[in-house]
Amino acid sequence: MSVALQNLVNQPYKHGFVTDIETEVAPKGLNEDIIRLISSKKNEPEWLLEFRLNAYKKWLTMSEPDWQNVHFPKIDFQAISYYAAPKPKKKLASMDEVDPELLRTFEKLGVPMHERAALAGVAVDVIFDSVSVTTTYKEKLAEVGIIFCSISEAVQEHPELIKKYLGSVVPVGDNFFAALNSAVFTDGSFCFIPKGVKCPMDLSTYFRINTEGSGQFERTLVIAEEEATVCYLEGCTAPQFDTNQLHAAVVELIALDNADIKYSTVQNWYAGDENGVGGIYNFVTKRGLAKGVNSRISWTQVETGSAITWKYPSCILRGDNSVGEFYSVAVTNHYQQADTGTKMIHLGKNTRSTIVSKGISAGHSNSSYRGLVRITPTADGARNYSQCDSMLIGDQSGAHTFPYIQVKNSSAKVEHEASTSKIGEDQLFYFAQRVIDAEEAVSMIINGFCKDVFQQLPMEFAVEATKLLSFKLEGSVG
Amino acid sequence: MINDNSETILDVHGLRANVDSTEILKGFDITVKSGEIHAIMGLNGSGKSTFAKVLAGHSAYQVTAGSIQFSDQDLLALAPEERAQAGLFLAFQYPIEIPGVANSQFLRLAYNTVQVQRGNEELDPLEFDDFVREKMKLLDMNPDFLDRSVNEGFSGGEKKRNEILQMALLEPKLSILDETDSGLDIDALKIVANGVNQIANKDNATILVTHYQRLLDYIVPDYVHVMQAGRIVKTGGKELALELETRGYDWIGTGGQTNAGATA
Repeated sequence: MSVALQNLVNQPYKHGFVTDIETEVAPKGLNEDIIRLISSKKNEPEWLLEFRLNAYKKWLTMSEPDWQNVHFPKIDFQAISYYAAPKPKKKLASMDEVDPELLRTFEKLGVPMHERAALAGVAVDVIFDSVSVTTTYKEKLAEVGIIFCSISEAVQEHPELIKKYLGSVVPVGDNFFAALNSAVFTDGSFCFIPKGVKCPMDLSTYFRINTEGSGQFERTLVIAEEEATVCYLEGCTAPQFDTNQLHAAVVELIALDNADIKYSTVQNWYAGDENGVGGIYNFVTKRGLAKGVNSRISWTQVETGSAITWKYPSCILRGDNSVGEFYSVAVTNHYQQADTGTKMIHLGKNTRSTIVSKGISAGHSNSSYRGLVRITPTADGARNYSQCDSMLIGDQSGAHTFPYIQVKNSSAKVEHEASTSKIGEDQLFYFAQRVIDAEEAVSMIINGFCKDVFQQLPMEFAVEATKLLSFKLEGSVG
Repeated sequence: MINDNSETILDVHGLRANVDSTEILKGFDITVKSGEIHAIMGLNGSGKSTFAKVLAGHSAYQVTAGSIQFSDQDLLALAPEERAQAGLFLAFQYPIEIPGVANSQFLRLAYNTVQVQRGNEELDPLEFDDFVREKMKLLDMNPDFLDRSVNEGFSGGEKKRNEILQMALLEPKLSILDETDSGLDIDALKIVANGVNQIANKDNATILVTHYQRLLDYIVPDYVHVMQAGRIVKTGGKELALELETRGYDWIGTGGQTNAGATA
């Protein structure tokens, strides 16, 4: 049995190929000149350059966080190239003009974007090596006043919104990686839902790192005005490389009165090979501000890729009666390491938060849940429910839980539940005795384990996530 | 039900098996024909449960010698799920809990897998629901069981009933019930025994692995085997179980003769 399982788990990374597209790459290293180069390449206004330089200065004074439960060699930030863009050939008026090589890449990934956009009613903002190539459905969304475009475009077209909101949830000096991102971010997505508008379709962005040795610093900003609602999907795959790549994104969400933002991620960056060589370092700062009364911010993430994951999608519940949610599945295999969780900061009255975290560790991997629930003195009647479950596969993997609970208001109600389970040889034997092979057994167990999170995902994503998990874990038992 | 003309379902010869490097089965022989019910009795550590797990193909046990013929197949050449496909069923002594997997989903997948192999139609969730509810009546099981996770939070008796329910669904050729009576109160024992009796017919066979005669009051065996130190040391009819009940196991001694009555 274990030989067959071994073969399954050792299937090569499906998305491991490099697209041959001419790339313009900045010289390696980071200094003020590079930042000026990025800013001028992108034809940015002066205040944005100042924003970047300010972040850079803060970054210079900061040191890398060392509290997380992951281990990796020190990153040489001067050995990274901070800008890479496909050389613009001409302005794209339609999908037909998109580089066919690029389209083939997406097809290999199973993301035929035009079809997908049309069939599924999803507008896909395609990010390719830090530059948005095309944005579909923009007009349709524009009809109802929704802005969905690349952040570079938004800087040009809607500078007042960017100026108002950029860095308002994650300040430039928030943490080491956020500061780095603020200094050098090259592109990302911008989404603005005006007052009273319910976004008529799920908005989706596919991210992809392509140039070997280039870091990618995405910046995403989603704003939902009063009574607005939006469901935002982010999916990631990356090709296979042997050198580690840094991915330090920042995502900011802002929900005004009665607004509702649901942000879902399926992350499948290259995780390194079975010996732990290569893979993406995914150091992401994601934070949502539930600014208005009755607003809601909901994070759902399925983290299966990356050599190292460091991310804590958080909610600041400022508005009274605002709601924060975090649903997470983190899967690690081979030598992957994940330190992920959330922060729920309760400021407003009667704010509520829910945390459901499922960690699955196989191979020699380590998965940690790290979460903070903070009830401040102003948060009368705040409630939190947290559930952190870990599943271990095999006997070489590790699962850790680091819950931090700080309650400074006696009317608060905070609950925390945790469990650890294991897929064992005996469970698989039981399935086998009932004519169910190991592959199907693992898939059933995992899906059962993740059910509470998967049901939060949009239908398509749920199907994709289910497949992805089975694929990641097949054969890791035995 | 003994009938000399019946098909031989199971033929075990000179079976030796280790767990880690300790030999547990030391030359085990048994022959089981269709329509028969066999009981294997013996003290703790005599190797009864090991035999059950070796038959089903548990990876913790290494077979070092001997053969197992299952109908026309060499059982030892088959993976555990292939043995199950071939019609071998093990009712576990300690059925494992599988959190998050609904019993109904589990039962339907097992049932449909077997049906496809037998060239029958699969049942969709609604059809299966009707079908399984009928079978559950046989075991006096509450339909709530379908929505619960497999064996999770089940009492000992509930787990055993769930095992027999699976046996009823999969319609195996040979069922081995490993200490199915342990942990059952008398009412549950009767229900489980009744289930087993209803499933048993002239085309299948049953092996009961048990400590106690108690179960045999309700499921009457054609043969009773006594196991000691990894082999069968005495074989008789159902009266042998009663004798063991009154006299214990000591009188049998550790003599070497494997009076494999089942082969007679």
